[in-house]
Amino acid sequence: MKPFLEMISISKTFPGVKALDHVDLHLNSGEVHVLAGENGAGKSTLMKIMTGVLRADPGGEIRIEGEPVVIKNPVHARSLGISIIYQELAVVNNLTVSENVFLAREPLRPTGLIDRAKMNADTRAVLSELGVDIDPEAMVGTLSVGQRQLIEIARAISYKSKLIIMDEPTASLSHHEASTLLRMSRKLASQGVGIVFISHKLEEIFEIADRVTVLRDGRTVDTRPVSEMTSDLLVRLMVDRELDQLFGHHTSHATAEVLMSVRNLTEKRVKDEGVFVRDVDFDLHRGEVLGFFGLVGAGRTEVMEMIFGSRPHTGEISINGKPARISSPSDAIEHGLGFVTEDRQSRGLVLGMSVRENFSLTHLSDYCSLDFVNRRKETAACADYIRALGIKTPSPEQKVLNLSGGNQQKVVLAKWAARRPRILIVDEPTRGIDIGAKAEVHSLLGSMAEEGMSIIVVSSDLPEILAISDRVIVLKEGRISGELTRENATQESVMLAATG
Amino acid sequence: MRVLHQLLQLRHMREFNVLIALILMGLLISLFTPYFLTVSNLMGVSRAFSLTAIMSIGMVMVIITGGIDLSVGSAMGLAGLITALCFDAGYSQYAAVAAGLGVGLAFGLTNGLLITAIGLPPFIATLGTLSIGRGLMYMITHGVPLTPQTPESFSVLGQGYVGPVPVPVVILLVLTVIFTIIMTRTRFGRHVYATGGNESAARLSGVKVQRVKLAVYVLSSTISALAGVIAFSRYLSAEPASGFGSELEVIAAAAIGGASLAGGIGSVLGAVIGAALIGEIANGVVLLNINTYAQQAITGGVILIAVSLDVLRNRMGGRG
Ligand SMILES: Nc1ncnc2c1ncn2[C@@H]1O[C@H](COP(=O)(O)OP(=O)(O)OP(=O)(O)O)[C@@H](O)[C@H]1O
Ligand SMILES: [Mg+2]
Repeated sequence: MKPFLEMISISKTFPGVKALDHVDLHLNSGEVHVLAGENGAGKSTLMKIMTGVLRADPGGEIRIEGEPVVIKNPVHARSLGISIIYQELAVVNNLTVSENVFLAREPLRPTGLIDRAKMNADTRAVLSELGVDIDPEAMVGTLSVGQRQLIEIARAISYKSKLIIMDEPTASLSHHEASTLLRMSRKLASQGVGIVFISHKLEEIFEIADRVTVLRDGRTVDTRPVSEMTSDLLVRLMVDRELDQLFGHHTSHATAEVLMSVRNLTEKRVKDEGVFVRDVDFDLHRGEVLGFFGLVGAGRTEVMEMIFGSRPHTGEISINGKPARISSPSDAIEHGLGFVTEDRQSRGLVLGMSVRENFSLTHLSDYCSLDFVNRRKETAACADYIRALGIKTPSPEQKVLNLSGGNQQKVVLAKWAARRPRILIVDEPTRGIDIGAKAEVHSLLGSMAEEGMSIIVVSSDLPEILAISDRVIVLKEGRISGELTRENATQESVMLAATG
Repeated sequence: MRVLHQLLQLRHMREFNVLIALILMGLLISLFTPYFLTVSNLMGVSRAFSLTAIMSIGMVMVIITGGIDLSVGSAMGLAGLITALCFDAGYSQYAAVAAGLGVGLAFGLTNGLLITAIGLPPFIATLGTLSIGRGLMYMITHGVPLTPQTPESFSVLGQGYVGPVPVPVVILLVLTVIFTIIMTRTRFGRHVYATGGNESAARLSGVKVQRVKLAVYVLSSTISALAGVIAFSRYLSAEPASGFGSELEVIAAAAIGGASLAGGIGSVLGAVIGAALIGEIANGVVLLNINTYAQQAITGGVILIAVSLDVLRNRMGGRG
């Protein structure tokens, strides 16, 4: 079979970084081609070249159905039948769902006005094909991150593309939504559409792939059919280590001492939309890793935002037995809390600032005498964390904007880890992180607990929750629907509490 | 070699473009007239643009937080007027200057509280106080300039010299150094950049963004008030229209100096050089006998060229 698209000897150099080094990639129609590799391996860069966002260095070639092409820009790429769902969300929050799906190609009535009815109906059709229940007329800003991701997928599908690139599409989806997406992708492939699928999740890769290409440090290390690939081999190709060495054993450091207790935590609602989180009661022990699970939209993030003072609430929070009044993030931080937010680009990072400046923003006073920043101390501390977490960046002065998605996530973790809060809330801490780094993050969280910090982990990744939590709290529709000790927490028991 | 290398490093500074523009414009003017590159002319030019430049220091900080301060001209004018009133009422010069600066402080607090406590958009809040300030000035003066008796020592502020350098220029240099240090070396400065770069990320990192915003508006108005006091000291007459329309020139200076109105980007030094460039053009227009009405048009052209170059340069940098 002749490949639909071939990328031959593609290189890309950024100042100080050789992101791609003579990469070859052949994509067939009707196949799901998984692109795997560590954070910063060059996956997104390769896709940006394929969609005309970036221009490759001279010397390489792209062919579509055997014909050499120069892909000028994303619009041109789309006209060639290539569309992409970006790693970072690209939806307009103040437009409705259907306005987003049909952005820049709105169906018109003969009068020249937008045909809203048709737009909503078509959107509803695509969404129901995807098996999701979202109102086409809802404002995108009111949807969860997972739902917004689905809007993007709906948009790409509605383009009737010949090749759809999905750059970590399932990173922010619930298990249910992710399996819907995988099923959809297979269906599209069986209809002859080529799919490029980037993911860090092994199970998913083996579930969906026809072929797998592994990138490492900007080079193609292997391409082979999934039938000739095993998890062990894949991990070795990606990170050059053995899978069973990666994840250590779980040891609990939880003590009997209650560090924080939350009672009757209830949202103060301004508008009547989204989940209504109410009557949340729980205790957090010193040294404990407490997992929070729930389906997308169950209200986990909302609970954390209330505790952290960025969402209005009523109810009592006490820390060390003393009532804590938390009405803003800086109150929370003064009480010893830290919060790794789920949406790194819009809420976690100042993209235009350097790695160093982002890193130190949470604990700048550590490097200050009077109000003056000691830049040498600051840079040294940042360099330590860059090394410890394996953040791939040419220097601490690189703008965070220029890091790969997974490396941006590591910067968010570093900036909070370095502050050493007594209670660290991490919301989807390993979203978009490669498997090696995921293991590092788990062991980092473990060692923080060992030092006596308490950690709340919110994650849609159930195996992750089960692997690192001492105890699991399950939320459903804004209320606690289950609490399970480590011994009792299994895939089945947790899922039952989340859905039943 | 070392020196050359260091000079080449300057290329990476944000202020590089506007500095080059300043030098090229100076050379261009000198081609046509020998009167530009003289110490006395350059000092005169510096004194002329020093007030705009001083005000642009406050403005650029506001702009870096992602805000805007349209009321700087009113703060300046009102401060000068109140200073004059104090002299008129027989207060000491110290009390008069303090009252002038106090007006600025009050102005800034009003702006800052409207923006942070009530949540008005900065454009609206400062547009309102711009009008209120202007109205107060006409109410107080009834349109007639105020020329009170002032002691000799007071006029040093606007008319004196340190060696060949006019006092307002000395004040400008001192403020430039102080605020450059604040913006690049202190925690407050870092918080100003973070607030403008991504307000919600900054807030969630523990930056007290409301306090940061309040501070920059207070600084902006107080610095403008200082400019107003200096202006009064220079002319010893408080005009009802003093400072009128100056906000546009001040914002232009910051923008020419590389500040982004979207927030997060800009520098004190850039804004000051931007003001210098505007002042240089004004001087060139006079020296070359160009129609003074053309000055505004030329300044506008320079703003567009300078900011376009900056945007293009950043785009190239970003794409590698
Ligand atoms: N605009 C840019 N300027 C400088 N360096 C860049 C830029 N874009 C990407 N890079 C660098 O190129 C390398 C490859 O990045 P890329 O985003 O392709 O990685 P990735 O494989 O998609 O990683 P992840 O799994 O974390 O998303 C990284 O080292 C990154 O820092
Ligand atoms: Mg990527």
